[in-house]
This record gives sequence, C-alpha cells and structure tokens, in this order.
Amino acid sequence: MNLTLKIWRQKNADTKGKVVTYQVADISPDMSFLEMMDVLNEQLIEKGDEPVAFDHDCREGICGSCNLQINGEPHGPDRGVTTCQLHMRRFKDGDTIVIEPFRAKAFPVIKDLVVDRSSFDRIQQAGGYISVNTSGNTQDANSIPIEKDNADMSFYAATCIGCGACVAACKNASAMLFTAAKVSQFALLPQGEVEADRRVLQMVEQMDKEGFGNCTNTGACEIECPKGISLENIARMNREYLKASVK
Amino acid sequence: MAKSALLKSSLAKKYWMAFTGLFLCLFLVGHLFGNLQLLIPVSEGARDQFNEYALFMTTNPAVKVLSYLTYFSIIFHAIDGIALTINNRKARPQGYVSFKPSTNTMWSSRNMGILGTVILAFIVVHMTMFWGEMKFGGLDETIYTTANGEEVKDLYTLTIKTFQDAEFGLLWAIAYGVAMLAIAFHLSHGFSSGFQSLGINHPKYNVFIKKIGMAFAILIPLAFAVIPFYIHFVLEKI
Amino acid sequence: MGVFESKAPKGPLAEKWTNHKNDINLVNPANKRNIDVIVVGTGLAGGSAAATLAELGYNVKTFCYQDSPRRAHSIAAQGGINAAKNYQGDGDSIYRLFYDTIKGGDYRSREANVYRLAEVSGNIIDQCVAQGVPFAREYGGLLDNRSFGGVLVSRTFYAKGQTGQQLLLGAYSAMNRQINRGKIQAFNRHEMLDIVKVDGKARGIIARNLVTGELERHSAHAVVIASGGYGNVFFLSTNAMGSNVTASWKIHKKGAYFANPCFTQIHPTCIPVSGDHQSKLTLMSESLRNDGRIWVPKKKEDAEAIRAGKKKPTELSEEERDYYLERRYPAFGNLVPRDVASRAAKERCDAGFGVNKTGEAVYLDFSSAIMRYGKEAATTQKIDNPSEAKIKELGKEVVEAKYGNLFQMYEKIVDQNPYETPMMIYPAVHYTMGGVWVDYNLQTTIPGCYAIGEANFSDHGANRLGASALMQGLADGYFVLPYTIGNYLSQDIRTGKIPTDSPEFDEAEKEVRERIEKFINNKGTKSVDHFHKLLGKIMWNKVGMARNAEGLKEAIEEIKQLREEFWKDVKVPGSADEMNAELEKAGRVADFLELGELFAKDALHRNESCGGHFREEYQTEEGEALRDDENFMYVAAWEYTGNPGEAVLHKEELDYENIEVKTRSYK
Repeated sequence: MNLTLKIWRQKNADTKGKVVTYQVADISPDMSFLEMMDVLNEQLIEKGDEPVAFDHDCREGICGSCNLQINGEPHGPDRGVTTCQLHMRRFKDGDTIVIEPFRAKAFPVIKDLVVDRSSFDRIQQAGGYISVNTSGNTQDANSIPIEKDNADMSFYAATCIGCGACVAACKNASAMLFTAAKVSQFALLPQGEVEADRRVLQMVEQMDKEGFGNCTNTGACEIECPKGISLENIARMNREYLKASVK
Repeated sequence: MAKSALLKSSLAKKYWMAFTGLFLCLFLVGHLFGNLQLLIPVSEGARDQFNEYALFMTTNPAVKVLSYLTYFSIIFHAIDGIALTINNRKARPQGYVSFKPSTNTMWSSRNMGILGTVILAFIVVHMTMFWGEMKFGGLDETIYTTANGEEVKDLYTLTIKTFQDAEFGLLWAIAYGVAMLAIAFHLSHGFSSGFQSLGINHPKYNVFIKKIGMAFAILIPLAFAVIPFYIHFVLEKI
Repeated sequence: MGVFESKAPKGPLAEKWTNHKNDINLVNPANKRNIDVIVVGTGLAGGSAAATLAELGYNVKTFCYQDSPRRAHSIAAQGGINAAKNYQGDGDSIYRLFYDTIKGGDYRSREANVYRLAEVSGNIIDQCVAQGVPFAREYGGLLDNRSFGGVLVSRTFYAKGQTGQQLLLGAYSAMNRQINRGKIQAFNRHEMLDIVKVDGKARGIIARNLVTGELERHSAHAVVIASGGYGNVFFLSTNAMGSNVTASWKIHKKGAYFANPCFTQIHPTCIPVSGDHQSKLTLMSESLRNDGRIWVPKKKEDAEAIRAGKKKPTELSEEERDYYLERRYPAFGNLVPRDVASRAAKERCDAGFGVNKTGEAVYLDFSSAIMRYGKEAATTQKIDNPSEAKIKELGKEVVEAKYGNLFQMYEKIVDQNPYETPMMIYPAVHYTMGGVWVDYNLQTTIPGCYAIGEANFSDHGANRLGASALMQGLADGYFVLPYTIGNYLSQDIRTGKIPTDSPEFDEAEKEVRERIEKFINNKGTKSVDHFHKLLGKIMWNKVGMARNAEGLKEAIEEIKQLREEFWKDVKVPGSADEMNAELEKAGRVADFLELGELFAKDALHRNESCGGHFREEYQTEEGEALRDDENFMYVAAWEYTGNPGEAVLHKEELDYENIEVKTRSYK
C-alpha cells in the first residue's frame, strides 16, 4: 500500500521543529510500523537526506524504547501494543499517518521523534527499590510466603515497561500511572512494605519536581498503556501516600 | 516532609479536590430535599413550610457551620481546580499536531474546568437571586411573619414568582436546567473520580461506585431541574 | 598477568569456589572508595555487577547505549531462571544442575566454572525475592517452578513470560539505590568505542555520547565488559536492534582472546520470517514446548496443500501428523535441548514438510494441552460429564493463564489465533555461547579487563540450556565478579585516580575519531543495513544451523570481500557531532564484518559437531551430532594479530575430573 506520512522533524533540542510530509510506497501489511519507518529511512538515505531519528530496540514490545504518537494516540490505534508491535495491516492504502514525539515538559525532544525520558529514571532512583544488599546473604526465598493474589498483582504492576505512553496520552501529561505502578509493585509485597512510606513520599516528590502534570482521573493512561497497567495502581498510590503523609 | 506533602504535592491537590467535591455532593442532596418542598401545592401550606425551613437553615448554628463549610468547599474546589488546570497546561508546553483524546476518555472528564466554570457562574447568579436577596435584599412586598412573629423575607413567594413570571419565568427555568446539565456532566466524572483520588478503588466495588456515580449524576440534577418547570407549568399560580 | 590460563582452583569440585574465595585478596572498605570501576552494558550481568560493586564501596560508572539501563535486552528473556533449589523435591541438586549444564553444553565448558554457577544459583533466587522480584507463586504462597528443555526436573523459576524483565528490573532497582547514594554514575545513551590500556592494563574507555556525538574519556582501575552477545552478526536474530559485538570486539583487538565464536544457539521456537522487510525475529518462549506438541504433516502432499493454502492444519487427523520430536526422542520428546529441536525442524523443512509459504515453519500445537487442562479443570470444579466445548473453554483459560501474553504477541504479529489453529514456528539465532575468553576469575587476557554474562564464553559450552542465561548473568554479576575483581584491585589501592590526559588516552581517542570521520566522509552509495543484510545472508546460509567446510571457506572469502566493499561504499548521512543512528550502526556493522570472518574460521577449524555447532561432515547415520573428544575437547581462544583471518589459535584443554564424558543422548 501507499501512504502519506506527516512526521515531526527537529534537528536538536535547541531548534524549532516542524511537520514534514513524506510518501512511502509498496508497504506490505505484514510489516511492523517500525519496519515501515525503516523503509522510509532507507529511502531518505538513498536520496541523501537525513533519516528520521526514533527510539527503538527490542522490537518485541518489552524494552519500552519505542514511543511514537501515531495519529493522535501513543503507539497508534491498536490497544495493548507498543509501536514496534503495531502492524501495517491496521492501516489502509492511501492513509495519511501523523507521527509525532511523545509530548511533555518532562520529556524534552532530543531529535526528531526521540525524547529524553530520564525523568522516569530519576523517579525510580528516588525510591523505586528495596534497600537490601546484593551480597547473597539473604534468607531463603521460600521463608516469606506471599499470597498468590498479591504476588500476581505486584507482577502486573511490575510489567510496566516505562515507555511513557501514559504521559503522552494524558491531557495533563501526568506520570501518575507510571509512578503508581512502581510504587504498587513494592507496596504489595511484604519485602517492600518496610520502607513503603518513605518510598511513596520520595517518588511523588520527584515526580512533581520533574514537571509532570496532575492526575485528573480521565483514565486515558490505562487505555493507552501497552501493558494494560490498571488505574487501581493509582488508587493504591493515593492510599499509600495519604497513609504516609498523615503519619 | 509529611506536612508539606499534605499541602503542596500534586497528590494533596487531588485529595482536597476529592474531599471538597464529595462534600459538595452531600450538600446537593441536602439542598435537594429542601427544594423538593417547593413541589407541595400552595393550598397545603407550602409557603409556611418552606419559609420556616429557610429560616431554620439560616439560623440554626449547626447548619451555619455546615454552610460555611460549603462556601469554603466551593471556593477551595474552584481555586484548586483553576490551579490544577494552569499547572497541567504547563506540563505540556508544546502540544500535539494530532491529538485524539476522544478515543480514550469521556468528554466530561476532559472538560471539568469548563463545566466547573459554568457551574461557578451559575452559583454566583443563583446566590445573588435567592440567598443574596434573602440576606441583603431588604424587606419589600414579600414579607413572611414567622411562628414567633418575626418578619423575614418571603423566600417562597420570591422563588415561585421568579419561575411563574409571565415574561421571564420560562427563560429562568431553562437557564436553571442548563446549569443542572453542567452539574450532571461534572458529577458524571467527579463522583467516581473523587473515590479514585482518595484511593477507594477495588475491582469488586468499582462497578458499584461507577454506577452509583452515574445514577447520582443523572438523578440529582434532574430532580433539581424538574422543580422550576413544575413551578412554571404545573403549580397553581400565586 | 595477562596469561592464558584457566586459574581454576585445585581441590575437590564442591570446595573450589569456597576455598578460592578464602584465598583471594580483599580490598578494605576505606580503600574501595579510591577505586573506580567501569561497567559497560547494564543488562542482568552488568546491572547486577554495577549494583554490587557500588554496594561494596567502589565508584562505579555504567555505560549503555539505551536511554535507560532498564532497557538492556536481558529484559526480553521470557521463560525463566534455573536454580538448584529442589523446592519441588524431585531430586534436584547442585550436582544435577552442574551435570545437566555440562551435558547440555556437549562437554565443551569449564567444569569449575559450571559447578560454581550451579552452586550460587540458589542464592540468586533468594536475592531476587528479597529485592521484590514477583516470581510466580502457588496458592500456598511459595514459589512455583516449571520444567525446561534438556532436563528432567522442575527447577525453573519464572514470572509468567516476562522473567527477564522482572529480573532486570530487580537489578536495575538495585542500581537505582546506588545511583541515589551517588555510588553509581550512569552514562546512558553512551557507547564504548575503545578500551584504553596503560602499561598493559585496562585503565579506561573511550565512549561516544550518542546525543551530542562528543567523544569522552573515562578512566578506571578496571573495566568490566557486560555488553551481551553477538547474534546480530546474522542480521536477523531475536536480539534487540542495537545489540552488538563492539565492546567485546574492541577489547579483542586490544589483546583479549575471543573464544569459540562459532558456538551459537539457534532457538527452535521463533516466529517464522514473513518477508524481506523483516528487521528482527521474535522468540516464543521455550516454555511453550512444555505444553505444545511440535509436528509437520506426514505426507508431503499435505504439506504442499497447506503451503498453497488449500488445506488447514486442523483438518489433518492425528494419523496424518508427524510428531517428529516425540518420534525421534521418546525420552525427552518435545523437551529436547534447543540445538536438537532446531536441527530437527530444519531437517523436516529441508525435506519438504515445511508448513508456511516459504516452507520454513513447523507447527507448535496446543490442542491436546487445552483438552488435557480442560479435563483437569472440569474435575477440580466438579463438573460432571462436561461437553467438549466446555472442556475446551476451561482448557483455554488454563493455557491463557500460563502463556496469555505469548499467545497475544503471536496473534499480533501473525494475525492468527493460536488457541484455534496451531502456531507456526521456526528456529532463529538467539544466543551466543562463544565470547570473550575469561579465566576462572572472569578476567580476560587483558589484565584488569573482565567479561561477564553473555559477553564471555565460560559456562555454556557448545549449547546453552533454557533458563540458564539469566542464571549465568546474575551469578557473574551478583556473586562472582564482585569477589574475584577484588583480588586484582587489591594491587591498586595506592594507584590513585587514573589520569585521562595520558598519551594512551590521546592515542585511543584519535583512533576512534579517525574511524568516525572515515564513515562520515566516505560518501558511498549504499546504506549500512544493505551490508548488514548481505552479511546476515552469508552467515545464515553458510555458517548457520548446518555448516560444511566448503561453505565455510566460501563464507570467509565472501565476508572479506563484503568488508572491503563496505569500507569503500558505505554511506553514512549526517554528521559526527549529533545524534546519528546510522553512524552508530556503521560502527557496529564494521565490527560484525570482522567478527563474521573469525566466526567462520572457528567453525571451519572445528572438525566435529557439538552443541550448536553442526558440521554436516560429522554426523551419525541417524543425523545426530558426532563429537570428536579426542581432538576437539578444548576451548578455541583466538588471538587477534591485525586481521581476523590471521587470528592465532590458543587451546585451553578441558579436563573433566568429576564427570564421565558421554555421547549426549536424549532418546
């Protein structure tokens, strides 16, 4: 199929960007979205133009690198997939596709479609861990039985890939779903409970410092999350934080 | 840290929004019960009953405390809402060329600010018309003598006349209806959102909260909205 | 220093590691503060090593090309992690894990290393649980296990199909704790482009800031390479797009020997190639073989009809199907090791029984598992005389709970529902057992330069068992390297900070800069990917699942030619002082073009079939691998001498004192 692409181009963080229109031809419906981008880039290189910069790595939906805003939605129109798992069979011949970087003050553009998501790292550095030493002198793994449901819920929260779709989809550019997933993962386990208060206070403080917006419970994040991280996690963080701040 | 956490953090803003919002939901219920007395036929002593009720509401110390809480809630809810909106605008200085929030959110959830502004405007008008008139309007032709012989404003007659006015009565009723529509949409997101903000979320009860919220958002404003039309079209003229 | 000697401690096998730890020198805490360590790569090995080293008190600098350490490709590991915990009480033990790993590796790994790996495996699980890794649990609250290819016990711990992700996030969280303490400085979006040696010792690296294009000098008292494997030499592999050999290759060119490059694992359960546009292959966890049955049609006509779209797999009766693994290997059935399963698939497809358009796919069928689980569920739920539809429904629920995410992934890519129609799978390059040669201490032949995780060669021999890569990465990073590196660093307590303005740094930076300029100024006509794809084709066709001397000789010549062409005609747009993905790729492909030749050379010299290395000339009459222990029971460690084709072979003979070397049989 033949497509018209409207892509955000921006040389670097300090220059202004603009939307540039490109045509690609003979796209197979079996291609992934990023393979379509590869075709475009090969075409650009051949013509002597600069290829479009975009983040990607594993191309199997787990590393969380790829992050394109496609036709107004993070990771495009499909649910439960990352950009690299989106396939071209989702589009029709002759379609126009608008491709933009994820937009947020806390995700400044580095180049073209590449943004800087180190704010996510800093939120986790603020407390997204359990303070145990890695020396190996820990107790036996089975000495703490954990209720299966809690272990499973913790796991689901921990499947967050940190792609930033929640922020991109949110009209407020809020990072609540991400932060909440990280808080929940530990809050649900007895090992993590010990320093739960400190963790949630510090992580939220860092989240606010990074310049993300507030959560207004629109729920866009949950729907656009490629891993289906639930809003329940946000409620859990709200509880955890309330509990920690009244103490 | 804990102290500033409850005042300054982004989550604190949510808590206050939720607290005041849910409190105002309670207020709506109370207010509605008062208003429903306007549906009593004139011949059955509606004027007396309503005016005595109004008097009780303005003089009882416990109610007074509640009413100040309500004013505070409205003001705080509005200020907090404005602050949130400004803050959230700043979080995305460069917007999208193409942004399709309708694919993943409800209209009302995205437009709480606009809805809130309409409601605030309504409250201002509403307060000037009834509460303001009651408090500062002075005693003119609508005087009601209470059971203890005190002369106060006849709020009942004031209200009924407003909506039975031949020229503007229907317009007032329609304007009132529109405001109630705004409240309905505001509540359709706000009610369950308040619970979520306070961390009250459980897969077992979420559906229940959502349903109650929806029912609340439809029934309460509808009941409010019915009253002026009833007064205009059905109630005997005074 | 810098000697080619295994340094495996003497003494009884079970006591080697303990004795060694007691014998080696330690660095006192106050002195650790004055010692810097560079860790290149932040996957399971690098991340865990960085966290532990920082926790011990060293100043750590980590480098990764991704925008966050958490995105390293360890994250994509699906199935699980082995540990000899014997929680299931099925007779597992350290010895048995050790034995399985040696046997699985076809007797080409170092005994002492493997035993140590098995010994610390249990600790890994303890450690990860303490860190909050949410492993799968049973209703009693205890950890659950599953079984994996090539073994007869259930010793694999898992977190659904995302075990690698959960473990990496654990290591990353440990790193975060140290970053927060200021003990780790994380340089993300940085790529190591050379190692700097001072007086023969590794003393730093040259790294390129991938955002600004700046070249940076970083010094340290030791350099740890944890940059993963080199499967992308095949262009199409299950590795991430950015996975590369550059760090390992750079140290190889500066003196580190490269061991067994031809030992590459072809994973049997990947989604087949769909066309020329394909940029990477997607793995479906090996755990699927626990419940899925692999088959092709018995009759060629059926296979042809299926390929032409005239017949559906579900229309074939049981009698018309050839469950070839169950037929050939009754003891292990669908759970034979990866190399065996891969070759068997290739054998069937080459014989004309392939089932997709290209004829390169076999079926992985869950219908009998769905029925089996459905019946079990009906019994536990006390449903009498359940209908077939009900059984199917219940069975699907069980299968979904176990493999839901994998099935969903398959459906997204292939656009077919694997609950209704069998999956199609085909082998793909997945893991490289070969890598930088290291001694027992994980030190390369460059003093002060260490290699851990997939980047080294040490534990998996000629074939890796499923769920052992995660185990090795974390064992190296959490429990081995942090001890052994102390022995080396104990000499450095008085060295002081290593200056970066030395002639050695000047020289290294100059070399790197010249190479980058060469790319930018080359003004060729073909893109980097063009060459990478051609290299991949040569590798897959002639150095892939089955190899022969003639093909390998051709491959060596073709790769040489391709390399020349590449340097003449590659086109890298943009400039060096900005983010430039093409420039990054060019550097990586240039290294692959050198490694590819050494790879083929190694495969050519090894006149035997073992593990992932299958030479067509060396097979039994039944088509099984024919090992030559007499002549090839050694690690082939190659020394760079200016050209990959002229690399010099060094042999580390392998002694098996505790294991009887047998023919590997899974029949």
